[in-house]
Amino acid sequence: MGRWLLGPVAAVTEAWGEVRVHRTRVVLSLVGVFLAVFAMTTITAAGNMGRQMMLESSERSGGRAATLQVSAYPNGAVTADGADAAARVLRETAERHRVTWWGLVSQGSGQMTVRFPSGAQLVTFSAVDPSYGTMHRALTDQGRFFTAADGEAFSPRLVVNRAFADQLGGFDEQVPPTVVLGGDRPVTATLVGVMEVPYSDPSMPAAYVLNSAAQAWGLVDPSTSGPPSLELWVPDADAEALTAALQTEVQASLPGYSVSAYRTDFGQDLGVVDAILAYGVRGVGVFALVLGGIGVLNVGLVTVRQRIREIGVRRSFGATGGRVFFAVLLESVAATFVAGVAAVALSVLLVSNFPLEAVLPAGVVLQDVPPFPVSAAVEGLLAATAVGALAGIVPATMAVRAKVIDAIRY
Amino acid sequence: MTATLSLQQVSRSVALPDGTTLHILTGVDLEVAAGEHVAVVGRSGSGKSTLLNIVGLLDTPTTGRYLLDGRPVSGLSARRTARLRGETFGFVFQQFNLLPGRTATENVASPLLYASGREFLARKRTARAMLERVGLGGRLDTMPEKLSGGEQQRVALARSLVRRPRVLLADEPTGALDVDTGSAVMDVLEELVRVDGTTLVTITHDLSVAARADRQFRLDHGVLTEITRDALAAATAHRETV
Repeated sequence: MGRWLLGPVAAVTEAWGEVRVHRTRVVLSLVGVFLAVFAMTTITAAGNMGRQMMLESSERSGGRAATLQVSAYPNGAVTADGADAAARVLRETAERHRVTWWGLVSQGSGQMTVRFPSGAQLVTFSAVDPSYGTMHRALTDQGRFFTAADGEAFSPRLVVNRAFADQLGGFDEQVPPTVVLGGDRPVTATLVGVMEVPYSDPSMPAAYVLNSAAQAWGLVDPSTSGPPSLELWVPDADAEALTAALQTEVQASLPGYSVSAYRTDFGQDLGVVDAILAYGVRGVGVFALVLGGIGVLNVGLVTVRQRIREIGVRRSFGATGGRVFFAVLLESVAATFVAGVAAVALSVLLVSNFPLEAVLPAGVVLQDVPPFPVSAAVEGLLAATAVGALAGIVPATMAVRAKVIDAIRY
Repeated sequence: MTATLSLQQVSRSVALPDGTTLHILTGVDLEVAAGEHVAVVGRSGSGKSTLLNIVGLLDTPTTGRYLLDGRPVSGLSARRTARLRGETFGFVFQQFNLLPGRTATENVASPLLYASGREFLARKRTARAMLERVGLGGRLDTMPEKLSGGEQQRVALARSLVRRPRVLLADEPTGALDVDTGSAVMDVLEELVRVDGTTLVTITHDLSVAARADRQFRLDHGVLTEITRDALAAATAHRETV
C-alpha cells in the first residue's frame, strides 16, 4: 500500500476504532444530528408528496404541464357547419405540429336528454377524446375512463358523476349499467366509469361522452354547444412559442372567428411550493443541524479532556500532530456520517411504508407517489458530515496542543 | 563504535511563575551502546522522567546535544521527530497506560497504526504473536480491566516492543507491581530485549531492578553520575537492613 494511501486508511481505521470503543458516548452525542437529518429528509419527502398532490389536483382541472388550449368561436351566429369547420382546422393544426397528446374538448357546454328510471332529465355533458384521461390525469372512483376502443363501440360509452350513477341505482363494474339517451335517435349507452365531472354541480347528474360517439349518435347540437376547443400537452420549454404559433396559424385558417390560444395548467404556479421546500425545509434543517453540531462539539470537548492521557500515549507511539488532529476530527466526521446514514435509512423506511391512504382526507388521492428525494438524502448526509467536521475542529486542535508529557501523566 | 544514545552536557530548565528558573537537569553526559541495559536511579523529583522524556524525543533539552546513532536530533521537524520516535523507541510506563475499551490484541496493535504499509496491514497478526511471546496467548481478547497488574504490564511490554524498537525506555516498569510480580515482569522484559538486541534504559526507584542492568547511574538534583556495582550493592544492603 502506498504511503500516500496508508496515512488516510490508517487514520480512518483509528477513527473508526475510537467510534466503536466509545459508541455509547458517540450515540448520545449524535442524537441531535440524527434527528436533524431525519427531520430534514423526511420533511422534504413529505413536502414532495404534498407538492405532487397539489400538482395532480391541478392537472385534473387544468391539465398537465404544459397544456395549451386553442378555441375558435365564430364572430357571428354559431352554425353546425361553422362548428365543424373550426373542429376540422383545430384537428389539422394539432396533427401538423405532430403533438403526441392532444384532443378536442367541449367542456360542460352541451346538454342531452337521459331517460332515468325516475324520468327523463336534461344532463350537462362534456365531449372529449380518449386522450383527455391521460392529459387530465382522470381519476375514476369506480370503473375506468375512456380508451381508444370505446370510440369504435356500437353504442355510446359514458363516464358519469356519482349523482348520475345514483339515479341508476349505483355502478357495478361487473355488470355495467346502461341508460337510454334521448334525442332524435334514442340510443342505449353503457356506463364505464364514475368520476367527478368538473364545471358541473356535483348534486346534479353530469357525464363525459366521447366526441366520436356524440357526433355519431347526434348527441351534440353544435349550434348550441359551439365549436370544441383544442387541448395539447406539450413540453414546457415549447409552450410559449407554440402558443403564439397556434394563435397565428388557427386565426389565419379561420378568418371569421375569434381565436385565442393560452396555457391552462397551473404547473408554473407551484414555484411557491418549490421555494418553500427549497428554502423553508433547508432553513429549518440547517438550524436543527447547528443545534445538533453544538451537542457533538460539547461532547467532543469533554471527551478530549478525558482522553488526554490516551492521546499522549499515542504520541509516544509516533503519532504526529497532524495524525492526532485528523484522528479526532475523523472520529467526529465518521460518527456524524453514520448518524446521517442511519437517519436517512430510517427516513426511507418511514416514507416508503407510510400508510398514506389512511392519513389523506377523503377525496384526496396521490396517484404517482414521488420517489424518495435522493437529493435530500445526499444533502442530509453531506450536512451531517460537514457538521461533524466543524464540531470536530476545536477538540482536534485541543488534542494537538496537549503537551505529550503532561498528557501521559494526566 | 558510535553509541546508540549520546547525551552531551544536556540540561533542562523551566521558568516558574514567580520568575525564577528551575534547573531539572544539569550537564548530563550519557552514552549508551546498542543492546546495552542501563538503569537510572534517583529520588522523586530528581529529574529521572525528564531525562527519559528527552531520550525518548518527548521533550527537548534546554542546552546541550543529543545524538541518536551519531546524528543530532535537534532541528528536526515535529513530524520527523514523531516518526523517529515511533520507529526508534518503545515506552513502558509505570501505570501501564493501556488504552481502555480495547482488547489486549488491540492495545498491542495500536502502535502499528502508525507503522509502514506491511506492518499496518499485519498489525493484528503481529500483535497476537507478540502477546504469545509475553505468555498471554490465552488472553488475546481480554479487556485490560480484566487482567491482573502483572498481565497488564506484560501487555504494555508487548505493545512497547511490537514495532521492534531499537531502544526501550522503561519508566518505573515495576513501580505498580508487588515484588514477585515485578521480578517476573523484569524477567520477561530482559529476555525480550536480549533476544531482539534492544537497548534498554530503565528508570527506577528499586535498587534490585537497577542491579539487573549492565551499568547504573544515579540522578541527584539533576546531576547524573555513574555508580559502581559495589556502591549499588552497598546501597541495596543498607536499604534491606533499614
